[in-house]
Amino acid sequence: MAGSGTAQLRGGDDMMLKVEHLVVEFGKGQRRVQAVSDVSFDVAPGETLGLVGESGCGKSTTGRAAALVHPPDSGSVQFAGTELTTLSARDLRQARTKVQMVFQDPISSLNPRRRVLDSVMEPMAIWGIGTSDERRAKARQTLESVGINPNDAGGRRPIEFSGGQCQRISIARALMLEPSLLICDEPVSALDVSVQAQILNLLDDLKRARGLTMVFIAHDLAVVKNVSDRVAVMYLGKLCEVSPPDNLYRHPAHPYTAALLASIPEPDPSAAGHASSPLSGELPSPTNPPSGCRFRTRCPYAQDRCAEEEPQMRALGPDHFVACHFPLARPTDTPQSTGTASPLASTAS
Amino acid sequence: MILGRRRTPHLVFPDASQLEEPLLDVQDLRTAFHSSRGLVRANDGISFTLNRGKTLGIVGESGSGKTVLTRSIMGLLPNINLERSGSVRFAGHELMNLTPTQLRHVWGTQMAVIFQDPMTALNPVVRVDRQLTESLRIRLGLDRKAAHDTAVTLLSSVGIPAPEQRMRNYPHELSGGMRQRVMIAIALACGPKLVLADEPTTGLDVTLQAQILDLLAALQRERSMGMILVTHDLGVVANRADDIAVMYAGRIVEQAPTKDLFSYTRMPYTEALLRSIPRLTEPSHTRLRAIPGRPPDLAALPPGCPFAPRCPYAQDRCRAEDPPARTAGAGHIFRCWYPVGSPEGEDALARNVAAGVPAALAFTGAVPVGVAAPVAPVAPPASTAESTDAGEEA
Repeated sequence: MAGSGTAQLRGGDDMMLKVEHLVVEFGKGQRRVQAVSDVSFDVAPGETLGLVGESGCGKSTTGRAAALVHPPDSGSVQFAGTELTTLSARDLRQARTKVQMVFQDPISSLNPRRRVLDSVMEPMAIWGIGTSDERRAKARQTLESVGINPNDAGGRRPIEFSGGQCQRISIARALMLEPSLLICDEPVSALDVSVQAQILNLLDDLKRARGLTMVFIAHDLAVVKNVSDRVAVMYLGKLCEVSPPDNLYRHPAHPYTAALLASIPEPDPSAAGHASSPLSGELPSPTNPPSGCRFRTRCPYAQDRCAEEEPQMRALGPDHFVACHFPLARPTDTPQSTGTASPLASTAS
Repeated sequence: MILGRRRTPHLVFPDASQLEEPLLDVQDLRTAFHSSRGLVRANDGISFTLNRGKTLGIVGESGSGKTVLTRSIMGLLPNINLERSGSVRFAGHELMNLTPTQLRHVWGTQMAVIFQDPMTALNPVVRVDRQLTESLRIRLGLDRKAAHDTAVTLLSSVGIPAPEQRMRNYPHELSGGMRQRVMIAIALACGPKLVLADEPTTGLDVTLQAQILDLLAALQRERSMGMILVTHDLGVVANRADDIAVMYAGRIVEQAPTKDLFSYTRMPYTEALLRSIPRLTEPSHTRLRAIPGRPPDLAALPPGCPFAPRCPYAQDRCRAEDPPARTAGAGHIFRCWYPVGSPEGEDALARNVAAGVPAALAFTGAVPVGVAAPVAPVAPPASTAESTDAGEEA
């Protein structure tokens, strides 16, 4: 997969978040791993970008790097027109109050020894905003907006709450500084399905009520489809495909997206076409990624060209971008195993 | 177990193909634990049968008692603070009365379990080789060479490339998918007639999940094993189980042939669960029909139907009287006074909507769950680590 390139970026300076050529590396020498390798995306104000991929594909690292929680090794992160990577530590802290994160494990992301109300008030206390009474009032109000009764809950500790409630509290804490961008890293993957729906609805309500912009990271494609306005599919540190969800899920152009979709078991016995696993093997080691297209080792349509040349992100249609030499045509046809593949290939690069 | 010491089996199991009765027949199984919070009823009167070569899917949220059920059927639960009653008949033998020594002749060779977490279920300091050959040598009495050869064959049958080399690996040298394959190979080593797969793909990526489920289905066909597939994901069982049992608060609230369960859902919980799942077929930003609240505390079950506090159909009767198991067509049982799709059920729902019951409004999509009514924890916290269960969600 893919590939690099910036075709998926929408021009204009009015993007809430614009990430270009983001690279994050871990380790040293031989064991150096590019967890995120030249990823570019942008998020318009009020939009939710879904970032989806298998574990180890770098989606969480991308989210953390976009919030400068883990500083990227290279690349640019522009938040509301400000370049974050070159800011001084002090300015970065100030700028980041408007970028907040919600993490995967709701229980361990709250301090177990602190009372819920104190945890929620802390962001304001750190910045010395308001008096203690004002902070308390704001925290109570925010807790109420996420469906937690502050009268009964405020004085309790996280262990007294269920996972779903802890996630609501974490969301309240993230909202205390009135952020404009919320980065949610697998916020529902630790929750039961019945509670998952509550949290997804809550995030959707909050987004609408507060005009939030969100980056929603998850491995569950159905969840991502439900919350996103635009979806970016990642594989082994690169982006494969970017598109609004309804289009992406109906007409996946990247073989990896198609394979991911085909792997999902639909809770409907009459659903056709979910019979067998379309992908064999596992994610290759990122220490030694395949040459050319990173997906080629598992791709049913891989050709010689895929090993030699890294595909660049390019437009397939309005707001549909793919990094593949031989994207699937719509409606999905079967490219031949040799020679030129899908008809779209001739229009390629 | 002492290696190398052979005993003649105390129990004789007939060839499964000549079995007259069901392979597994569970009747009124009750499993409860004494805890500081009182008696935790993890399985409360579970009954089902499973025939040879068939798959039963058991679906439930965390805390519904599905994992305890597999352990209880196997007789794997430590006999401390445990209350267990009912009947588990396997291939003509009553397992409830067996001694631990006799049970060892059942485990592995007759029934085997695939555990949820391959990271922790494998012994981290023992090579794959010994973990796999141990049961072959003890249970089947194979010698070192034969056990090794069988193990290599097993590893390749579960789709592990270069099995000879993998035999020398420790679990940490294998990826999650490989470890789960090793778990499956260990479970199948002695040719069990029944496999209990407890969330075999939870924690794996979707592409791997599809591979592992396909593998299990193929091996099951090949060996005509019975299988119990335990999962929290209705999608996993929708295309793979012959029958599905939905568990809630320690009991089976609905059980039916897979198609019937989805097409003629009777139990409001099953319906609510199906509706709360985001679907790929729905357009983006479709409002999810969340189930308000959360599953009840198994140590303090409400009177009447345990789902009543969250149920859009619930009436006074539901909060007072526990509904008995009722039938709806062949092999379809459910526990509800006001079943989905029945005139009583429609009336009950309409009454609740008119009366503004939050669960009914959320279900019909009238009011978003979550922002509507803030509700605080109800139950007082317990002092133990289990107290996370004590809260009650809005």
